Amino acid sequence: MEKITLAGQIFQYLITGLTVGSIYAMVAVGFNIIYNVTEIINFAQGEFVMLGGLIMVFFYAVVKLPLVVAFPATVLLVTLVGILLDRLAIRPIRQPTVLTLIIATIAASILIKGAAMLIWGKDPYDLPAFSGRNAITVFGAVIQPQYFWVIGFLIIVVIALSIFFDRTIVGKAMSACADNPDAASLVGINVQQMILLSFALSAAIGAVAGITVTPISLMEYDRGAMLAVKGFGAAILGGLGSFPGAVLGGLIMGTIESMGAGLISSGYKDAFALIVLLVVLFFKPSGIMGSIEISRIKRF
Amino acid sequence: MLRIGKLPIAVFALFIIAFPWIAHKIPPIENYTDIMIFAGIYCLITLGLSLLMGYAGQISIGHAAFYGIGAYTSAILTANYGFNPWLCMFFGMIVTAAVAVLVGAPSLKLRGHYLAMATLAFGIIVYIVFNEETAWTGGPDGMTGIPGLSLLGFAFDSVDRYYYLVWIFVFAAFIFTANLIQSDTGRALRAIHASETAAGAMGVDISGHKLLVFVYSAVLASLAGSLYAHYLNFINPSTFDLFFSIKLLIMIALGGMYNLWGAIIGAGLITFLSYEWLHYFEEFEVIVYGAILLLVTIFLPKGLAGTPEIVKTWFRK
Amino acid sequence: MILKRISIFLTIGLFCLGLTVSPALAFKGAYKVGAVFSVTGRASFLGDPEKKTAEMIAEQINKAGGINGKKLELIVYDTEGDATKANLEVKKLITQDKVSAVIGPSLSGTSLAVVPLAEKYKTPLISCAASYKIVHNDKTGKPYKWVFKTPQTDTMAVEAIYTHMKKHGISKIAIISGTTGFGASGRGELIRLAPKYGITIVADEKYGPKDTDMTAQLTKIKGTSPQAIVNWSIGPTQVTVLRNWRDLGMSDIPFYQSHGFGSRKNIELAAGAAEGVYAPLGGCNIAELLPADNPQKKVTMKYLKDYMAKYHEPLSSFGGHAWDALEMVAKALTHVGGDRAKIRNYLENHIKGFVGQHGVFTYSATDHNGLTKDAFKMVVVKNGDWALAN
Repeated sequence: MEKITLAGQIFQYLITGLTVGSIYAMVAVGFNIIYNVTEIINFAQGEFVMLGGLIMVFFYAVVKLPLVVAFPATVLLVTLVGILLDRLAIRPIRQPTVLTLIIATIAASILIKGAAMLIWGKDPYDLPAFSGRNAITVFGAVIQPQYFWVIGFLIIVVIALSIFFDRTIVGKAMSACADNPDAASLVGINVQQMILLSFALSAAIGAVAGITVTPISLMEYDRGAMLAVKGFGAAILGGLGSFPGAVLGGLIMGTIESMGAGLISSGYKDAFALIVLLVVLFFKPSGIMGSIEISRIKRF
Repeated sequence: MLRIGKLPIAVFALFIIAFPWIAHKIPPIENYTDIMIFAGIYCLITLGLSLLMGYAGQISIGHAAFYGIGAYTSAILTANYGFNPWLCMFFGMIVTAAVAVLVGAPSLKLRGHYLAMATLAFGIIVYIVFNEETAWTGGPDGMTGIPGLSLLGFAFDSVDRYYYLVWIFVFAAFIFTANLIQSDTGRALRAIHASETAAGAMGVDISGHKLLVFVYSAVLASLAGSLYAHYLNFINPSTFDLFFSIKLLIMIALGGMYNLWGAIIGAGLITFLSYEWLHYFEEFEVIVYGAILLLVTIFLPKGLAGTPEIVKTWFRK
Repeated sequence: MILKRISIFLTIGLFCLGLTVSPALAFKGAYKVGAVFSVTGRASFLGDPEKKTAEMIAEQINKAGGINGKKLELIVYDTEGDATKANLEVKKLITQDKVSAVIGPSLSGTSLAVVPLAEKYKTPLISCAASYKIVHNDKTGKPYKWVFKTPQTDTMAVEAIYTHMKKHGISKIAIISGTTGFGASGRGELIRLAPKYGITIVADEKYGPKDTDMTAQLTKIKGTSPQAIVNWSIGPTQVTVLRNWRDLGMSDIPFYQSHGFGSRKNIELAAGAAEGVYAPLGGCNIAELLPADNPQKKVTMKYLKDYMAKYHEPLSSFGGHAWDALEMVAKALTHVGGDRAKIRNYLENHIKGFVGQHGVFTYSATDHNGLTKDAFKMVVVKNGDWALAN
């Protein structure tokens, strides 16, 4: 084994931070979709990721579908779960307040997690990496090739979503619902359908995150909560509602964790990212790319 | 809830006083006194939280941290240094208040989800400190040998005795909080909750009042933590993690937010649900718990404390 | 509207059900043994096999006619890894369900929360958790009177590893551990025992139980050029760390896992990255490798077969702790009946050379763990399976 220099180490910390951060970014993007349409935070977002991984394992290892077929099948099934979540947990609430909706998503996440525990048990599961397991070396730093899939999907998703929300009618209609649902329905937008769509999209993206991450770090029934917390943090750091913000937030959090672990103390690495998050919030209360004026007119 | 009736308090007090006697007479529920101790400890926290969330409109997903600071301060000072537990309890409340001011002052200018994340981040950071600073806290394996409580030779070393101790504190906190709501401060809080702009225009010190409620809720949580530590004689960091903060949130939501009774009902209900009533379902315990939560959230949006209203409307239909 | 009313009645109904149905139905003349495990929640992969094993044993005993003709009633509560819940449940088992003995809890945290209860209510408790503090009263220097435990302490696992290292001339190591109770306990022992074996620890890194990647920590370790790495954790991270170790080109540095690695499932999940990795394992993990004259061979092979036949999954190391605990209690019940003090005395004085899943137990007034470091054998992963290491 060749010796590694300090510069080499720091570069590795950076690369690892960016790759892990891209996972947080994907989860953060999922949070933003639902937020952009409903202004609520979906605490079950992490469970979509978990389901993506485990259902993919089911399709691939049990039903023996080839990866290329199992992938969209999984995304579809998780999207269905997202739709069910909206129909059964969100839609029935008569007078939604923010706390009620948060509790509803928490209850949903408890249910989903409990069901996953009964179906898949408590063991972790693995998936084969899409393009093999041999680590790639980039200027002296190693990366698992699977991470390129994560980053690749992240880029595609962010670009597609930005185009969708900015350029298409449906996307603009969805954004209108968040700003002022009464006005939106007055101009003929079916607010309920837009909300449904946002949950479906968010679930789909969560599933993609889960499927691409499982070959790297396995997946078990209770992985969702920690990913949700970090994804939420990334979304806030970047500014809620902003997709580029979500990516930025995720990458920053991943990098601080990695640098903190390598250079200062690995026991406290999660704390470092959160402390930076708090400091940023104290100076820029709506996140890095969030706008204060916009956050003031939001209802929550 | 503007006027807290004296009659319900008296009735409830009677129920609490008689409860251990009732429990002893009915074998299947004999251990309920034990569970009620924890319900009482959680009530202390939810009373403050319901004030914070209901009246000041601030959300906190990190209150387990204050619960933990109180517990660890009491534990470290009594188990390692042998100081008087009551003084340590009081000292713990002061330490927690200081932390609450330090964290609260900059946080309270955050709004909505940003504030929620800030409290979440704070809660996790404190948990990590409890977990990592093994020399002080014993790390993940926790601290043993925490002494029990006694006053002038009377030791609170049985389930029944500790039960009465905890519930005396709960009633004191309840009455104090009720008075707070009905005082000038309470009115200012309600004004802020209704409309910050209007209240500000009237000259109400918004950030000062928000901070006051935040610190008050933190101090109550600290007291609860100390009582917990001295009862179990053992604490470990996982008691004070994110999941507990979320559990507190659920207690408030289920009980009803704008309502001190809601805080009591919510704490009691969730305590019994998660510790006792769902044993029967074994592996399905988690699913039933989630289902109950969802059903109550959907069909009883004002929480259980709002049920009398709903029952009245039913009978009218 | 109707749906709403039905749901409300359902909800109320569920409450009442929970209230009225008591799991401890009284069987006349049955021996009652309580069990608390972390079946769901944190560390559920510890409590789940433990519960399954305990239930399997109870079933086997009752099918064979019970204990001296009386049924063995096992009452199992789920702690969810929560110290508060464990405390409440053990109290309930002792005072309300009136069990003769308690087995479990699964975790050191939950165990430490119930040790005072066993002492106060004078009920024998056999814990299935690792920390030596469970049976060691710091103030008196002697074991707690009523508390025993079956898992080997981390001390023994670490000593097995360090003995192997010394034999192979390794003196400079890096350690990496999970921030859970399991990881912290092992790390503590690694640090404490290092000087005794002439070992210097040049790096001490940590990671969380749900982390996705340990490349940063291993990169830092790489910079210190250790002669070996020791990892202490359970759960998926002990597999992820192996993959990172390989990716970083560090596979010429010998890698030691903790005894938590003891399941074939882990080798499978590592997808080849576990080749050549060392671990100290208890007898039940390597039942097939044990020579025919090894005292544990018979019971471990039987457990392996029975567990696989009943649950269709490979056995987990942790289930073995429950096996040891419940079988010992059953033996005590057979000899002295259901009196708590008599059971305690039997355990302390008459468990000598008891052949269990994780070793041969001998309890005494000064030793309530009953094992020596021979309870662990150093094993290496060869061709995707266990092999005894030299």
